[in-house]
Amino acid sequence: MIVENPRELRVKKIAAHAFMLAFIAIIMFPFLVVISISFREGNFTVGSLWPENPTLEHWYLALGFDYTRADGTVIEPPYPVLLWMWNSVKIGLFAGFGVILLSTISAYAFSRVRFRGRAAVLDSLFIIQMFPTTLALVAIFAIFDALGDVSPILGLDSHWSLILVYMSGITMHVWTIKGYFDSIDPSLDKAAQIDGATPWQTFRSVFLPLAVPIISVVFVLVFIGAINDYPTAAILLRSQENLTLAVGSRLYLNEFRYLWGDFAAAAILSGLPITVVFLIAQRYLVSGLSDGAVKG
Amino acid sequence: MVASTVNLDAPPAPRNPALHYAIVGVIALVLLYSSFTLYAMGQALFGVIILALAFGFAVIFGSQRFYAHRFIYPGIAAISVFILFPILYTVYLGFTNYSSFNLLSFERSVEVILRAKTIDQSTEQNFSVAPDGDAYRIWLPDSGLLSDPIALDGAATATLSTSDEPANLLERRDAIKLRNGLKELELITPEGESLRNAGLRTFAGVTPEFERIAEDQLLRTSDGVIFTADHSTGFFTDPDGNTMPPGWRVNIGFDNYERIFTSEGIRAPMLRIFVWTIIFAVSSVVITFALGLLLAVILQWPHMRGKAIYRILLILPYAVPSFISILVFKGIFNQNFGEINLILEALFGIRPEWFTNGTLARVMILIVNVWLGYPYMMLLAMGFLQSVPEDHKKAAALEGASALRVFFTITLPQIIPPFLPLLLASFAFNFNNLVLILLLTRGGPDIPGTVIQAGETDILGSFVFRISFMDSGQQFGLAGAITFMIFVIVGAMAYSNFLAMRRAAARRSGQ
Repeated sequence: MIVENPRELRVKKIAAHAFMLAFIAIIMFPFLVVISISFREGNFTVGSLWPENPTLEHWYLALGFDYTRADGTVIEPPYPVLLWMWNSVKIGLFAGFGVILLSTISAYAFSRVRFRGRAAVLDSLFIIQMFPTTLALVAIFAIFDALGDVSPILGLDSHWSLILVYMSGITMHVWTIKGYFDSIDPSLDKAAQIDGATPWQTFRSVFLPLAVPIISVVFVLVFIGAINDYPTAAILLRSQENLTLAVGSRLYLNEFRYLWGDFAAAAILSGLPITVVFLIAQRYLVSGLSDGAVKG
Repeated sequence: MVASTVNLDAPPAPRNPALHYAIVGVIALVLLYSSFTLYAMGQALFGVIILALAFGFAVIFGSQRFYAHRFIYPGIAAISVFILFPILYTVYLGFTNYSSFNLLSFERSVEVILRAKTIDQSTEQNFSVAPDGDAYRIWLPDSGLLSDPIALDGAATATLSTSDEPANLLERRDAIKLRNGLKELELITPEGESLRNAGLRTFAGVTPEFERIAEDQLLRTSDGVIFTADHSTGFFTDPDGNTMPPGWRVNIGFDNYERIFTSEGIRAPMLRIFVWTIIFAVSSVVITFALGLLLAVILQWPHMRGKAIYRILLILPYAVPSFISILVFKGIFNQNFGEINLILEALFGIRPEWFTNGTLARVMILIVNVWLGYPYMMLLAMGFLQSVPEDHKKAAALEGASALRVFFTITLPQIIPPFLPLLLASFAFNFNNLVLILLLTRGGPDIPGTVIQAGETDILGSFVFRISFMDSGQQFGLAGAITFMIFVIVGAMAYSNFLAMRRAAARRSGQ
């Protein structure tokens, strides 16, 4: 940078840090409140940020244990948080694998396989990917309601139905992975071809191993997307033991049964692992996202 | 775009042709079988789709000519089934009266109507079950009648005759276990009257409320009124025009669209919701972009220390699952015991009504969405800022331009073009940001005086969600019609994004 007046620079530095700290304080406020509430007594009580009579009641309940209060009353967990978490993780993993399976093959086809109408398919794919699944919820509900008559596995209140819906998010990821495949040196597949590899073998043994970074990015994105989804899961899942975290957590803040303290502990318990996964993956996520979006 | 493509002039022959064709054949047969099962169960539409999938699969995998298409088949099939079909099906539903009143097919709703029975109170009496070897007898203590032995394993008729009370009677709970057989049992009294199971404890003379006298006509047995099926509205109606639930699903043409455009109680709130959707999406994008860019610029300032820590703390809102953050905000914005109102009351003595005042609810939605969305913009901006050449800025500064001027004339113009597609995508995302609205306000507070419930903070997507799944009517048909209109808007956005992307790609390859 240009030579600056040292005093002016110092004022600027202090101002920048002050702004950052103030901003972060505001941003962090909800997190601090939630941590504090999870240790507070009761579900309504208000108090200082540092709880006066810290209690582990909400944490016991979130982990699925009964909690015995000092006066001998036993409190049972209101909702099966860990079960919901397991449901979410299970659905997210299956959806992730399904999307990877379909989108890598499609991306390879769009990047390397010559077929008639390729450009038209690519263009329409780009348009289609902008339509979110949540817009077709009415149809999705009607479809699975009808399929449920044939087989309950594909009906309402089935995790498999939900996984199928989440797999419909592949278009965007086909795009991302295709961008990555496009950047792989064509001489590599030439070499594989000369050695007698079929296109399938080239895909399996050359492209897939090279694409591990982008595949992990897509996997994490699908996984987090599935865990964060509310509308689709809310209409497809019915019984309490089948709910995902996103649908179930909402029950805590019901107007008629407001479990603010229990919610806080459950939210931290279930949110922390996902947050950690995200923080580890975020560097790759953002570059993957912007690359996929920019590469045409 | 890469020029090299796979050489498919000589597609590889399957290494083991017999096995290859056997597997293809089995999969095609399984698909065919599912197709016919679906068709047989009355789901003709789904049957046809699976049939098309089976046909495509057999042709593409059965013939060497279509080797290249094998790679494209799974993706295209998935997109057609999971995305295209639901979209088209939604549009189709917009032309039907599908709702909680018209849920079933015609045959199913006739079945439901015919199942309704009237119980003749004067003949209702308690019963007990008496085991008799492998079979059972029904004992009616009030009239002292005992039936012939029956197996109770299907539809059956048994005659009653006068008798003494059997010595051995089943306990109530054991008798309840036999209820499936009891339901199908008809008892004939010595006078020739028919009695049927009328409840857990009683038998009585039971007559069906309706009789089907013709394909489209039902006779009400109590008063002889004839109900005729009206296939344009999907209801049975009596001569006075009264309808009888449940109705069935029929095509009603443009009625839903007519309702939307002519009913003031729908059109006015929808217009309001549309305007708010645009305001919400635009301001979310603009504010998060401006804030994210500002933070990125400060973080990139060479004199700034502690960047790594600031960066981690700043992206935390993005890292926490959004449904949790939104619910946390729902709690801390709570009007009565939320932390935000506690602080505001302590400092200024005010308790804003975040959930009951429309304007405040909208402000709250925006605050939460900015909190959720700025880290993404900041991360992207940090990437794009790095690609702005330092020399340009230095040259401008040497010429005496202020830092602000350098930013607006040098930096900003260089990062806007690559940012544009991402901003458009962010707009499209927020346009349909259902999770935020549904978890935070559910659209509320409601706009007073509307025909359909509509809220001040509803966006088009959440409005459709409420019409279809939350309010009592479950008006899927109407929701489908509104969704079609959203499709048109989203399609326009998608196309403009497509053009923007094209232009960006052309510019890159032109450089």
